[in-house]
Formats: sequence, structure tokens, C-alpha cells
Amino acid sequence: MSRNAQNDHLTRLEQTSIHIFREAFANFRSVCMPWSMGKDSNVLIWLARKAFCGKIPFPLLHIDTTYEFPEMYEFREKAKEIHGIDLIVRINEDAIRRGIGYATHDPVTVTHELKTVPLKAAIDEFKWDALVTGIRRDEDPTRAKERWFSPRSAEGVWDYKDQPPEFWGQFASTAPEGGHVRVQPLLEWTELDIWEYIRRENIPNPTLYFARNGKRFRSLGCHPITHPVDSPASNIDEVIEELKLTRVSERAGRAQDHVGRNSMQALRAKGFM
Amino acid sequence: MSQTSKISSVQKSVQPDIEDMRKMHVVVVGHVDHGKSTFVGRLLHETDSLPNGKLEQVRKNCAAEGMEFEYAFLLDALLEEQEQNITIDTTRIFFRTTKRAYAIIDAPGHKEFLKNMVTGAASASAALLLIDANEGVMDQSRRHAFLLSLLGVKQLVVLVNKMDLIKHDQSTYEKIKVEYTAFLKSLGLTAVHFIPIAAKHGENVVQRSDKMSWWKGPTVAEALDNFNHEDDLTGLPLRMPVSDIYRFDHRRIIAGRVEAGAIRPGDELIFQPGGRRSTVRTFEDWPGPSREVAGTGDSANFSLSEQIFVERGQVAAHPNQQPRVGREFRARIFWLGKEPLQPNKTYRLRLLTQNVEAVIAKIEKITDASSLESIEASTVPRDTICEVIVRATRPIAFDLHSECAITGRFALEDKGRINGGGIILDSISEKTSGEGKVTAAERTARAGHSPAVIWFTGLSGSGKSTIAELVERRLFDAGKKVFRVDGDDLRTALNRDLGFSATDRAESVRRASAVAGLFANAGHIALVTLIAPLAADRAKARAALANHAFIEVFVDAPLEVCESRDVKGLYAKARRGEIPEFTGISSPYEAPEAPEVHIRTDKLSTTQAVELVINALDKILQSKAEDWEV
Repeated sequence: MSRNAQNDHLTRLEQTSIHIFREAFANFRSVCMPWSMGKDSNVLIWLARKAFCGKIPFPLLHIDTTYEFPEMYEFREKAKEIHGIDLIVRINEDAIRRGIGYATHDPVTVTHELKTVPLKAAIDEFKWDALVTGIRRDEDPTRAKERWFSPRSAEGVWDYKDQPPEFWGQFASTAPEGGHVRVQPLLEWTELDIWEYIRRENIPNPTLYFARNGKRFRSLGCHPITHPVDSPASNIDEVIEELKLTRVSERAGRAQDHVGRNSMQALRAKGFM
Repeated sequence: MSQTSKISSVQKSVQPDIEDMRKMHVVVVGHVDHGKSTFVGRLLHETDSLPNGKLEQVRKNCAAEGMEFEYAFLLDALLEEQEQNITIDTTRIFFRTTKRAYAIIDAPGHKEFLKNMVTGAASASAALLLIDANEGVMDQSRRHAFLLSLLGVKQLVVLVNKMDLIKHDQSTYEKIKVEYTAFLKSLGLTAVHFIPIAAKHGENVVQRSDKMSWWKGPTVAEALDNFNHEDDLTGLPLRMPVSDIYRFDHRRIIAGRVEAGAIRPGDELIFQPGGRRSTVRTFEDWPGPSREVAGTGDSANFSLSEQIFVERGQVAAHPNQQPRVGREFRARIFWLGKEPLQPNKTYRLRLLTQNVEAVIAKIEKITDASSLESIEASTVPRDTICEVIVRATRPIAFDLHSECAITGRFALEDKGRINGGGIILDSISEKTSGEGKVTAAERTARAGHSPAVIWFTGLSGSGKSTIAELVERRLFDAGKKVFRVDGDDLRTALNRDLGFSATDRAESVRRASAVAGLFANAGHIALVTLIAPLAADRAKARAALANHAFIEVFVDAPLEVCESRDVKGLYAKARRGEIPEFTGISSPYEAPEAPEVHIRTDKLSTTQAVELVINALDKILQSKAEDWEV
């Protein structure tokens, strides 16, 4: 018997995510999918291709902070080719001219200037009313509260205190005036699910996730503020075995989350993914 | 913060191999102070689901403040940490047994209670309801069960907590069980078990209690593991709401999630409302090979053997097990909107992928969600539950909630915001009798749309009939009342006495407009296909039909294109002089100056042409529907 949503955990997650993609595409005028090139983002591409029978019918967006690992730029070109992606790349040139950077500024400021600001600018430029993101409830406490379809105001603000109800497969499918809706197909996935699915479907990913000299990256961001973890896991099987044993948070190596007690929440309320 | 986090040094496995990888969502409810937090804290501890050092830390904090340690503090500490500043929402807490992973949905008790309970519990497969053995059944014990029944959570275990306070007395336990069983029965609910526990001491939570040897049933953990996901509706009749139709390449693919039943290639499907049938040719999976069956929860994508008109919102079913199709039903609704639910106001009714306008035709009963007492009011305030008659402006496909829950429930949206939901209790058949003369409004209500006249004008061979036939098919399949008034048909009967002189042409346009007017009066969308070459004649027709929605469609193709097509061989005859006063050859055609729709058939595909007409019609009917206060 073949795999289906009833007899297989990963297939169920996959089929649900595909449904979310389709509902977003049917409900919104103009959809875009920001692409970080990280593992969750790459799973999203795969799911979108499944949802739309091979070819993603909307553009992807890479907000280039200019602080990506060199391997990531190589991976970007390769993946673009493999998946036949229509890719838009944006850099906040103005902030870079103003000298915003990790050498001189704190991570929260840099993340805001180099990620959130150009994201907002791109939304204004292209008038997208839906953005597909790869966030998961298990990543971070503030993300645990998220909805499948999560409205953002014109300023990009997330009103987490008054979220729309979501039940029986009915989502908030109208963007607020001037704002957009974040569509989050991976909400119910865990880090372990992501890797097991990558293994099953053989989805291309950067090799930075696998150990070199006893260290690997578990989560990828800007290189000055992204730290590897001690790990001998040098291939997917070993990563999966390792994740089954860990109690350390996935984003522990991402500095901007840990600057202040509520830094992640502050970032997210202002429009960060 | 250390630069390097250690992973490999952690010895204890927190994600052992478990039988069922799917996380089960369980909602925990019960009256305030009946021990929810203590129970959840204890459960987390005993299933070894707490973060490293958390228990020790809370014990130490308690000791430092001179307080006795309680498991409830553990939960509070976890929640505080988890929530940071975000307090007003459903909280999820994760734990696992050897069988599977669970997410506990803790519906906070106070503010916006109903909204959060609905969002949390609607995704739950099962519920645990706590009753304090010492206090017995209280208000909230009852109202929570009522909400569970409304949300369709059927798997319920009642935990009779604080058994230690009543010296583990079986007779008190039995009394509560009898009383509450009767109450549950009145809601159509049955508890799988009533488990006597003392959460504080971990009795019958994960470990069996030796103080209640009379209890032969399962512990809470065992009872949880016996729950089913309860979403495998593969055995029910097929219900697949259409999400979309994809035409990314040469294929035309129907996409939608199977909500109940299963689909296989070769199955005959009927799409409701509309009632068109076709057969599943094959699934179109990327990267392939395509699957052989799509069951409940699967997002299907397939092509059909015969091309028929299908649109988002329709529900695919097998012809021998169809959903109901209708516009009116009785429903029990929970209302979450800041503004009260009002009768005769138009809302968007969303049922799976269907999205139609609907009004609350009548409010029969309003119940306070907290006290369960009836409220006398003409509108439905926030956080209350009511029974109403819902009337949609056009037919929808649905089931009764008792027959198939997933197609028997819906959400109500106001100004783009989901403000309520409901379950369908009964369908109401269309009203068959009224008083006095049948009015246009009644006909419109019966049809589910306003009447209209679409007038296709253009040269012979321009494509008027071809486009009109396709438009008719689209509208007919969408459940609209529609009829084509074709110039050629009129000529063989009604207009038999007319020739092609200017006077006769004017008369033929007048008669066609009169016939179209009759169909529109009868509630139809009339599609007239007539050359009607003279602007003055067409202006008169438009004036005669002024009280109906009117769309002039100029089907425009250059004379040489029409002549080269010459489907009926008329141009050849006209060129030979066999037809006198043939439009375009020996008689003028005055092109419309401002038609509502202008179609260049030499530039557009027929599909695009049909789309233009349908869009224009939708727009004009939409504005009519807004004028027409139900």
C-alpha cells in the first residue's frame, strides 16, 4: 500500500502543507515566497512544486544581507537551476552605504535594517498580498502562537494580541488594507520532520548543515552571528540520529534571538519572519 | 551566551522511537481550580517531558520563598517562559508517551475565552475534562462540555480529580459519574472513561494508584494512548471541495483536498452545485509516479476524461452519495464578532472552499456560552451561541453535521474577518407557497441571481453563437437559469414573415428584445445572438430592456476573417448576389461605439472571450445583488 495522509506522518504533513499552498494561491491576488536558502525554505520549494504540479507559479525573493556564507551564494545559483525558480534578489544598498554592519552595530539593528526593511520595500514595490514563510511552531515560543494565515498591517506589524480565529480549515484570507498575509505551510512540522522529509525526498540543501572538523550549522543566517554547534553528524542519517537525542534549541546558534529577553518577539512584531 | 552549544553530550533521549509519529492534539478543560495546571504539570513530569533542570529550578524557587512546591507552579513557570509577553492566545505544551507525541492545548479561562477555545479545541482530536471530586459538577464543567459538542470533539475522558480530598471514596466518584453522564447525554456526548485521579500525587496519571484498587480502568496516559486520531474518514462518502483548476501547461488539473472518502482513477464524479459529471482520468503528481488513490487528508490533483466546467467551491462526490444542495438551513452558531450578529445583514458564508453571501433569516434562540441560559435579544452578542436560519444567496453543497461533520459546518465572515462558525442541524427545502402575485424578487430569490440580458451583436460568422453557447454552458453548470435566444431560431418560427429590409430588420430586433425580456422577467439570463446591424435598432432594444441588467457584447472580427470562415456558406451566396442586403456585403453594419464587452475574435481565444463575458456579467449581477436588499 502506498503512503498517504492516514498511514504516514510525513505524508500527512506534506499533504496538509500542499493544501495550505493551494488555498493561498487561490485566495490571494499576488503571492511571493521569500527564500532563505535554508533547509525549511528548501522544503517549501519542494512542497510548492508538488502543490503546483512541478513549477512554482509565483516568484521567490532572496533578501541578500551581503553576509551570507559564500557556500550559500553557490547553492543559490545551483538551486535556481534545479527548481526552475523565478528569483528576485534585493539588497538594502542604502543601509550598507550608511555603514550598517555587524562590525559596528548590534545584531537586532542589522537584522532589522538588512532583512526587514528591504522585505518591506519589496512588498511595497511588487504589491504582494501574501508571503509564504517557512516558520514552524517548534522553533521559538513566539512562533508557537502563529496561525496558518497570519495577517500583517501595512507597517508589517503582527498584532499577536488579537489574532483571527482559525478553525475548520477556514483561514484569514483577506489581507488588511495596505498589508499582507503571512502564509505558513510548515507550522506543524518539527526540525526532525524537516530532515526526515529531506532524506525521503532527496531535497537539495547546503552542505553547511553537515559536520566539518567536528562542527556543523544547525540553523543558517548571517555568518558573523551564526555559530556552529559541536557535532560529529556529517550526513543526513547522522543529523537525524543526533536530533532525536538533543534537548538544545535549534536557534541557540542564532545571536539575534538572544540579545535581550524578548528580542525575538520584538523583531517579529516589527515584521521579521 | 556561549559561542558553541553542545549537542552530542546530552545523553538522555527525549525523542525515542515511537509507534505513531503524528502528534495528537488534546484539549484540557474544566472549572477553574479543579486542577488543570497541577494535572498538566504532573503529566509533563511523569512522561519525562520537561526541559533539563526545570523541576529542580522551580523546587529551589519555592524553597527560597518558603512555599510548598506544587506542580501547578511548574506549569506556570513554563508558560511564563514560553509566553514572554504574549498571553492572550491558545497555548500549546508538548509531551510524549512511548506510543506517540501529544500537544496539550490549554484554553485560557478568561478573556476572549470563546475565540481561543474555538481556535484551540477545533483542532483537537480529544478532550480531557477535570471535575473536582470535592466540589462536584460546576458551571464551567457544563459549559465546556457544551462547547466540545459544538466543536465536534467526540473523544472525551472525564478526570475526577482530587480523590485524595475525599479519601478515595468510590461512592462519591460514582455519584459524580451518574450526574455528569446524564448531562453529557443531553448534549449527545459520551465520556469514554471517568478516571478517578489525584493529580497532585500522580495517582492514576501515569502510575496506577494503590489507594484506589477498586478502579480497574486505565490511567490517564493509557486512556490517551487509546484515543484515535479520529480524522480517518476514508470510509465515508467522498467529499472533495475544489481548491483550484490549474492550466499551467496543456493539462487541465482539478486540485482539492479529499475531506472524506477516497478518489481513484476511473471514478465518475459529480460536482455540486451544478451537477456536471465527468470521470477521473489520472492523478497528475509531480515528480511522479502518480498515486493510485487519494484518501482522506490527501491533496489530490487529477485530470478528467471529459472536459466539463468546474470551479473553486464545488464539491466533488460520487453520484450515488451526493451532498445536499440548497440555500437554506438551520444552524447552531457561535459568534465571536465584536459587533453583534444581525438578522438580514449580509455575511460571507465559508464552507470548505465555497464562499457565498448569506443572511441570517431568523434568530430562533440565543444562549449564553457561560451560563447556558437563554437570552432575549434581537441581535446575537459576542461569545454567545444561537440557533438561526441561514439563507445563502445562491445554492451551496453541504451535509448535515450529524451526517458528515466536515461538510456540515461553516464559518461566517464579516468585512474580511472570520467572526463565527456553526454546524448545520437541518436543511430547509425551498419555500413553495407564498401569497398573492409572484414577484420579481421572489423569482430572483428562487434563481439565486438577478436576471439579465446579454446581447451578442456582430457580423455573420464573427463567432456570436459559438461564444454564447459556451457562456450558456458555463452559467448552466454553475446552477444559473439561462437560455439562448438565437437569431437563426427566431427566423424559422417567430420571424418567418420577415425579410432583410431595413424595416424588417428593425422589427426582428424588436421581437428578439421582447422575447429576451420575457425570459428575463421569468428570472433567466437571456443570451441574444442577433446581427442587429443598426445602432438605432440596438438602442431601442436596450431601452426596452431598461429594467434588466443589460450587457452588449460586440463580437468583432474583420469582414475578411468572417468571410474566410463562412460556416454557413452565406458569404459565398451573397457574393454571387443570391442574398440581397447581406450585412457587410450589400448592407451596412454599424459597429457599436461603447459596448460593455468588446471581443476581437481574431485576436482572443474563445476561452478568453467567454471569460470577458462572464466577468462583465458577474460584475453587473454583483451590483444588482447589492441593490437588492434581501
